[in-house]
Amino acid sequence: MANKHVNAIVVGAGAGGGVVAKELAVNGLSVVLFERGRWQTYDEHDNDELISQRTTVLGNAFGPDNERHWRLLMDAHGNEHIVLPNEWGYNNNAACVGGGTLSYGAMAWRFMPQDFKMRSTYGSVEGSTLEDWPISYQELEPSYEKAEWEIGVAGDDSQNPFAPPRHKPHPMPPFPYNKEAKMMQDAAKRLGWHPFPIPMLRNSVRYRGRPACIRMRTCVGFACPVNAKCGTQNTVIPEALKTNNCILRTECTVSMVLVDDRGHATGVEYFDEHNRRQTQTADIVVLAASATETPRLLLNSKSRLFPNGAGNNSDLVGRNLQGHAYTGAFGLFEEEVYDDIGPGACVAICDFNHGNPGLKGGGLLANEFIRLPYLFTGIRPPASKRWGTEHKEFQKKYFKRHAQAVGPIQEMPVFDARVQVDDTVKDFWGMPVAKLSGHRHPYDLELTDFLSRKAETWMKECGAVKTWRHQPGLGLSGGQHQAGTCRMGDDPQTSVTNKYGQVWEIDNLFIADASLHVTNGGFNPALTILALGYWVGDYIVREWRGTKFKS
Amino acid sequence: MPSSRRQFLKQAASGFAGTVLLGACAATPKSRWRFFTREEASLVDLITEQIIPTDDTPGGIEAGCLNFIDKQLVGAYRRHQNEYRQGLLGLQNSSRGKFGKTFQELDWPEQTDVLDAIEAGDVEAADWSGVSPQRFFQLIRDHTMQGFYGSPRHGGNKNYLSYRMLELDVPHIIGQNRYTQGLDKPNGWIN
Ligand SMILES: Cc1cc2nc3c(=O)[nH]c(=O)nc-3n(C[C@H](O)[C@H](O)[C@H](O)COP(=O)(O)OP(=O)(O)OC[C@H]3O[C@@H](n4cnc5c(N)ncnc54)[C@H](O)[C@@H]3O)c2cc1C
Repeated sequence: MANKHVNAIVVGAGAGGGVVAKELAVNGLSVVLFERGRWQTYDEHDNDELISQRTTVLGNAFGPDNERHWRLLMDAHGNEHIVLPNEWGYNNNAACVGGGTLSYGAMAWRFMPQDFKMRSTYGSVEGSTLEDWPISYQELEPSYEKAEWEIGVAGDDSQNPFAPPRHKPHPMPPFPYNKEAKMMQDAAKRLGWHPFPIPMLRNSVRYRGRPACIRMRTCVGFACPVNAKCGTQNTVIPEALKTNNCILRTECTVSMVLVDDRGHATGVEYFDEHNRRQTQTADIVVLAASATETPRLLLNSKSRLFPNGAGNNSDLVGRNLQGHAYTGAFGLFEEEVYDDIGPGACVAICDFNHGNPGLKGGGLLANEFIRLPYLFTGIRPPASKRWGTEHKEFQKKYFKRHAQAVGPIQEMPVFDARVQVDDTVKDFWGMPVAKLSGHRHPYDLELTDFLSRKAETWMKECGAVKTWRHQPGLGLSGGQHQAGTCRMGDDPQTSVTNKYGQVWEIDNLFIADASLHVTNGGFNPALTILALGYWVGDYIVREWRGTKFKS
Repeated sequence: MPSSRRQFLKQAASGFAGTVLLGACAATPKSRWRFFTREEASLVDLITEQIIPTDDTPGGIEAGCLNFIDKQLVGAYRRHQNEYRQGLLGLQNSSRGKFGKTFQELDWPEQTDVLDAIEAGDVEAADWSGVSPQRFFQLIRDHTMQGFYGSPRHGGNKNYLSYRMLELDVPHIIGQNRYTQGLDKPNGWIN
C-alpha cells in the first residue's frame, strides 16, 4: 500500500533534523521523519571503550554498520580507497535516533559574532572560499536561546568576558570543576586569561523530567545510562511524536529526493527495514542527514532539470567540506591530577578565538574529556618507545598524572575539499557512495601552531614537568565536526541555499544540518546546528501559512 | 647476526628447517584456538608478553591478549587474518635468521631484539612476504593494547586486571560520582 502523502519529510533524526521535525509537527504540519539507524540505549555497549563512538576499533556503537555503508576516500596521491564506517578517514558521526547528539561530548557553544563575519573581519585568504554567513549572530540569537532552553544547557557565561551577548542566562547552573580543571583554572588566571565553565548539553540538575548527570568517566562516545545528556532523541523527537503529527520511520534509508519536471521536490525514495524500495510523497522535503550524507543525497537525486543532482546546477553541492583541526598540548605531572569525575572537559578559555595579533581567527581551549586506558596508550611524548617496560611504566605512572589542553581552530574553507558520488562504487542498496577528497588549507597550520603554543604555556603554568604539543596535518578535514558542504548565502552563484536553508534552485527543498555552515567557528558545532534547526523550522512554518510552497 | 643467518640457510637447504615448519601444519594435535594454530598461539602469547611485560602487575599473557586477538581474528578483525599468518611466519624467519633459533627458544633480551628489528623494518626482506614487518608489528602491538585495556567481554583484560593496575574502580559503579555540591536551584525548572 502506498504511503499517505504528508506535508513534510525530514531526512535524518540527528541534531538539525530532530529540531526541524518537532518545530513543524507542533505547528500543525504532518511530518515523516526518516532515520537510517534505530533507537539506541546505553545497555548494549555500556562502558566498552573499544566499541564506542569515540574509539571505534571494534565497530561503531551507534552506527553505521560496516556491512552496508562504505565510502571512498581519495588520498594525497590521488589513490582511492574504500573505507569502512569504523575506520579512520570515513568521517563518521553516527546513525541512530539522535544522530551525533546521543553520544556526543555535549559541549554547547554559541559561535561568536565574528564567526559569522569572517570575511569582513579578516579579509580574503588566498586559496580559501572564506565568506560571511548570510545571517548574523544577532539574527540567530533567539534560536540559540530556544536550543538552550528546550534541549537543555548547563553553563554560566558571566565568567566569560568574550561571551556573545544573550537575552536569557543558561537554564541550568554550570558543572563544578574536577581536579584537573581546578588546577587549569588557577593557572589560567595566573596567566591573565579568563577561565569559565564549559556550557554543556547535559543536566547539572534535574531538568524537564530527566535526572542530573552522575559524572561517569565514560560519557563522550557513549549513550547516557541515566538519560542526563541532552540530545534530540530525548527532547525534541519525543515531543514531535507526542503531537501525533509526526511519524518516525527508523531503519529507513533515503536514497534520493524525487524532483518532477517542473523542478519541484515531490518526495523521496527510500529502502525500508526489509530493504524494500518505497516512496513517500510530501509538499516539502528537508534534508538533515549530516554534512556528508546530505550532499550525497542531493548528488544522487538526478532528474531532467538537474542532471548533476538536485540543486547542483552550479556545481556547488558537496564543496567546502570542513571540520576542525584539533590542536593542543599534553602535560605530565608529579602529582595526581585525576579524580575520576567525568566526563572530564569542564574548563575553557575564549581568550584566543579572535583578536590574535596578525592572525585570522583562532579557537577555544579547554581541558579534555577523560582519556580512557586504551586511548591513553597512544598518548606519549614524541620518540617514546610505545611497548615493553617503557609502555607499562608510563601507563602506570601517568594515567592519573597527565592533562591536556585542546581546542578546535576555525578552518579556512577549501573549494576542492569535497563530497562527490562515484558511480562505480555502490552501497548495499545500489546507491553510489560518497567520495571524499581534498585537504586542509595551509593557513590552518599557522593557527594550530599558535593555539597549541598557548596550550603548552597553559600546561607549563600548571606545573607540568614535561609538555609536548600536537597538531594535525594537512589531510582532508571533516570528521565529527563535518560541515559546510551546502553553504547558505545571499548569492545563488556562490551558495546552495538562501539564508533560510531553502535550496536556491528548488523552492520546496530545504537543508537543516551542518551542511549549511559557511564557516565552522572556533567552537564545537552542535549547538549552532540545533539553532539552525530552529531557524530553518521557524521560516518553514511562517512561509507555510502563506504559500504552502506551491508556486 | 649474519653468521647465524648463514647457518640457518644451510640448515634450511639440508631440509632441517623445512621439517619443523611442515610439522607445525600436519602432525600436531588440533589447536584449541579459533584462528591460530598451536604453534602460532604460543608465538603470539610470547609477543604480547613482550609488548606488555609482567612486573609487579600482570602482563599480556595473564590478561589473555592472545585470546582477544584470536577471537577478533574470526570476528571484527577477520580482514587481518592473512597479515597475521604471514607476519608470524616472517617473525619466525627473522628469529631464526638472527639467532638460529625459533622465537620460542630465545631468551627474553633476544626476543626483544627481534621485535625491535621488526618494528624498525631492520630485517631480511626475503624473510617476509604478504605483510611488511613494520605493519605487522604495528598491528600486533595495537591489538595487544586493545586486549589488555579493552572490556573483558572481548576476551582480554581478564578480571579487569589493567584497570586494577591503573587503580580505576572495578566494577565501574554507576552513580558513585554523583556530586553533592548544592546544585538544587535550576534557573529554568520545567517539570
Ligand atoms: C563522539 C562524538 C563527540 C562529539 N562531541 C561534540 C561536542 O562535545 N560538542 C559539539 O558541539 N559537537 C560534538 N559532536 C559533533 C555533533 O554530534 C555533530 O556536529 C552533530 O550531531 C551534527 O549534526 P547534523 O544534524 O549535521 O548531523 P547528525 O547529528 O549526524 O544527524 C544526521 C542523521 O541523519 C541520518 N541519516 C544520514 N543519511 C540518511 C539517509 N540516507 N536516510 C535516513 N537517515 C539518514 C544519520 O543516521 C543521522 O542520524 C560529537 C560527535 C561525536 C560522534
